[in-house]
Amino acid sequence: MVNVYNKENFKSEVEEYKGTTIVDFYADWCGPCKMMSPVIDKIAEENKEIKVGKVNCDDEIELATRFNVMSIPTILIFKDGKLLKTFVGVTPKETILKAAK
Amino acid sequence: MEVKMKNLFEYLKEMYDIIIIGAGPAGISASLYAKRANMNVLVIYKGTSNLENATKIENYYGFPDGITGQDLYNSGIMQAKNLGVDFRVSEVTSIEYQQDGFNVKTPENEYNAKSVIISTGNKKLKPNIKGINEFEGKGISYCAICDGFFYRNKKVAVIGSGEFAFSEAKMLSNVVKDITILTNGEQIKSVRNNFKINTKKIKKIVGSEKVEKIVFEDLTEIDIDGIFIALGEAGANDFAKTLGIITENDNIKVNENMETNVPGVFACGNITGGLLQVSKAVYEGSKAGLSAVKYVKEIKK
Repeated sequence: MVNVYNKENFKSEVEEYKGTTIVDFYADWCGPCKMMSPVIDKIAEENKEIKVGKVNCDDEIELATRFNVMSIPTILIFKDGKLLKTFVGVTPKETILKAAK
Repeated sequence: MEVKMKNLFEYLKEMYDIIIIGAGPAGISASLYAKRANMNVLVIYKGTSNLENATKIENYYGFPDGITGQDLYNSGIMQAKNLGVDFRVSEVTSIEYQQDGFNVKTPENEYNAKSVIISTGNKKLKPNIKGINEFEGKGISYCAICDGFFYRNKKVAVIGSGEFAFSEAKMLSNVVKDITILTNGEQIKSVRNNFKINTKKIKKIVGSEKVEKIVFEDLTEIDIDGIFIALGEAGANDFAKTLGIITENDNIKVNENMETNVPGVFACGNITGGLLQVSKAVYEGSKAGLSAVKYVKEIKK
């Protein structure tokens, strides 16, 4: 399942979560994001032990700014609430999972 | 009524099954296979092919005395023209998604296609400026349509001097507050000039967390929030960025059918890496052409 994160739930869902979270920063008008989205869905479906979610940059510009997201798609990986790794641009599934595990 | 019919005709004329970008051996091979399968095919190309620069080719099948790259290149284009493939000599400045296919823009026109084959060769232009790599994704961008949003009401620069730079600037002008074209010592090669232009040579890009300043060779500097790179003509790597095509070491990643990760987009020739040979480009072009035909037939069903 892919969760939806916003400025209200980001703290409790990601920053206070003990474990790994993968967050996809995207927007509906962004062409490359359309290619990233099925990859994110697949990661969520195949790796139940990892929490996966999305942030819509149009609605959540504050969150995007806070994590210095200036290009989308951007994928952030958090471990125990701490930012572990950032991928900018469409990134293959294997590359993301390797960093997350 | 007559006018309307003409407009409709013009409109239909610019709808293609397959648009191929680049007219080297890969692109032309693709066009031959696609056209012979009764597809409506357009090849858009500009600039010199790697092949044209080859003085003599002596290892390609069927030419006992060798052949010049220029002759082989011209013969290929002639062969495709004889078969009925359409050609436009122009620069593709962007490829975008649209409903049922892709929109391909040149400075003069735009075209629609169900499938796109990228065979632009492996020209990769990255300016040799200190700070460019360091700040990629932190103020340095290669795609105005993807990242312009993050620079709303901010001050940005576009580095480049050709049509591509001006098309990126135009896209940004709806969003940002202030925009300057930086030619980095080059002369402007565009007819469009309704932007602020600075032709000084750039020394470096500086900042802490993200881009903050551009310093020129004469040690003057400007404050800047974002820099968009659009050097020369838009190339395969630029299209890859806007469409979300996965690349590896500046090559477009394809499978054995020349499919990229984006449905409907195929790549062939030098841009996929490996052997930079005519024979390999011809093989990949035919495969890409056939794969694109199969794709178009599937979606037409």
